[in-house]
Amino acid sequence: MRERKIRVLIAKPGLDGHDRGAKVVARALRDAGMEVIYTGLRQTPEMIAEAALQEDVDVVGLSILSGAHLVLAPRVINLLRSQGQERVCVFVGGIIPNEDIPVLLDAGVRVVYGPGTPTYKIAEEIRQCTTAVSGEITDNLKDE
Amino acid sequence: MKLVEAVLNGDRMALARLLTGLESESEASQKALDLLFPYAGKAHLIGVTGASGTGKSSLVSQLVLAFRRPDKNARPKRTAVVAVDPSSPYTGGALLGDRIRMRDLAGDPGVFIRSMATRGNAGGLARATASSVQVLDAAGFEIILVETVGAGQAEVEIARLADTIVVVEAPGLGDEIQANKAGILEIADILVVNKADRPGVEQTERYLRGMLEMSSKQAGLGLDEEWTTPVLRTNALTGEGLPDLIEAIYRHSEYLKDSGKYATRARARLEDELKGRIQERLLERWKMQTSEDDLQEALEQLSRREISPRQAVQNLVEDKIT
Ligand SMILES: Nc1nc2c(ncn2[C@@H]2O[C@H](COP(=O)(O)OP(=O)(O)O)[C@@H](O)[C@H]2O)c(=O)[nH]1
Ligand SMILES: [Mg+2]
Repeated sequence: MRERKIRVLIAKPGLDGHDRGAKVVARALRDAGMEVIYTGLRQTPEMIAEAALQEDVDVVGLSILSGAHLVLAPRVINLLRSQGQERVCVFVGGIIPNEDIPVLLDAGVRVVYGPGTPTYKIAEEIRQCTTAVSGEITDNLKDE
Repeated sequence: MKLVEAVLNGDRMALARLLTGLESESEASQKALDLLFPYAGKAHLIGVTGASGTGKSSLVSQLVLAFRRPDKNARPKRTAVVAVDPSSPYTGGALLGDRIRMRDLAGDPGVFIRSMATRGNAGGLARATASSVQVLDAAGFEIILVETVGAGQAEVEIARLADTIVVVEAPGLGDEIQANKAGILEIADILVVNKADRPGVEQTERYLRGMLEMSSKQAGLGLDEEWTTPVLRTNALTGEGLPDLIEAIYRHSEYLKDSGKYATRARARLEDELKGRIQERLLERWKMQTSEDDLQEALEQLSRREISPRQAVQNLVEDKIT
């Protein structure tokens, strides 16, 4: 058995065309030793969930600047759950008003990052979130 | 094994998890691979290789669309993609961006795309690429496209893995650089000049034809004289030239069947894998039986010239593995 790498999907749902932030995070996570799948702009929640499934990621990072986070993030989480990926750690980055944060956390988002969050912090928290999970995912294959 | 049944029944989550397991070589995934192996061997494996930025991912996307929406009365083919990108040698991380170009494939249940990092493997593929392809094959994908890392030495490994090799070039990348890549032209079953909308296509095309002629002359026209590598132009953004490319791929597939080369290539592939696995296993066993102290002691003796390297091997290997 070799090392099991943390696989992260960085996705940009919604219609806004700025992916600088998403790319910065993607590169930072790569530099933290993770395998980062970047899917580009204007992804629908369905596209994101499908990519998360095919790539069997441990983490989905959503970069949302359009203001539609209250719709988009819960939709992605529900799709992940319905396809058996309830343990995937979902984080949201972008411009999120303070009062919306508890709503997102309630919907199943693990962490919300505002602009300027140091990327090492994101990497660290992703590691914490997945260490509990990664063993279990391989165990999924074990018995049966 | 439930996992194996799930994969055979088209469960995409099970398939995805198995591919992850293969990458880390987990016990369970290796056992699943054993059980799935008999079901593989039916897919047409297409390798897509060439320098970074020539448009491989975009072209792969167009190819999948064409296989999924064939003209005439042809049936859509279930199609899988394995897109390999390099891991950073420093951090072990990787940025896998090929899906960006494959957005048009979303929502099609007959398509499965997997990004894969090389994890330090040389040769343009990951260690787990071959077994991943076997699993996708067993899962019923009829066409499997493997996009390799576009670096210099990708030739050999993909040449072994694929039935049909598409080498992608683009105008304006500097013919001098390409001149050093005669090796990659030799493995090409089909040569594509992508970005045909860009200036310099004629020049690149002429140059490639020249290189091809030269290398087939050098080879004495001996190797594959029944197959002449076509040079085709495409625009991977609009899909122009794709019908000709698809036609060439089908023609090559027919050629492989008629000439018996399908079987020869498949056998060579298995032989390669077998030998590789034997080497690996023997090395593992040897390492288990040899301590670092033994190794250091032999090195000491060597430095003092008390024994020769051949004798050291005699002591360290011959006397151990029986
Ligand atoms: N003008 C033009 N650009 C293309 C064509 N094919 C791909 N590209 C662009 O070339 C860049 C690299 O493409 P990509 O498919 O990622 O190349 P890869 O690195 O070989 O996989 C992208 O910006 C594509 O949009 C083409 O036929 N014409
Ligand atoms: Mg690519």
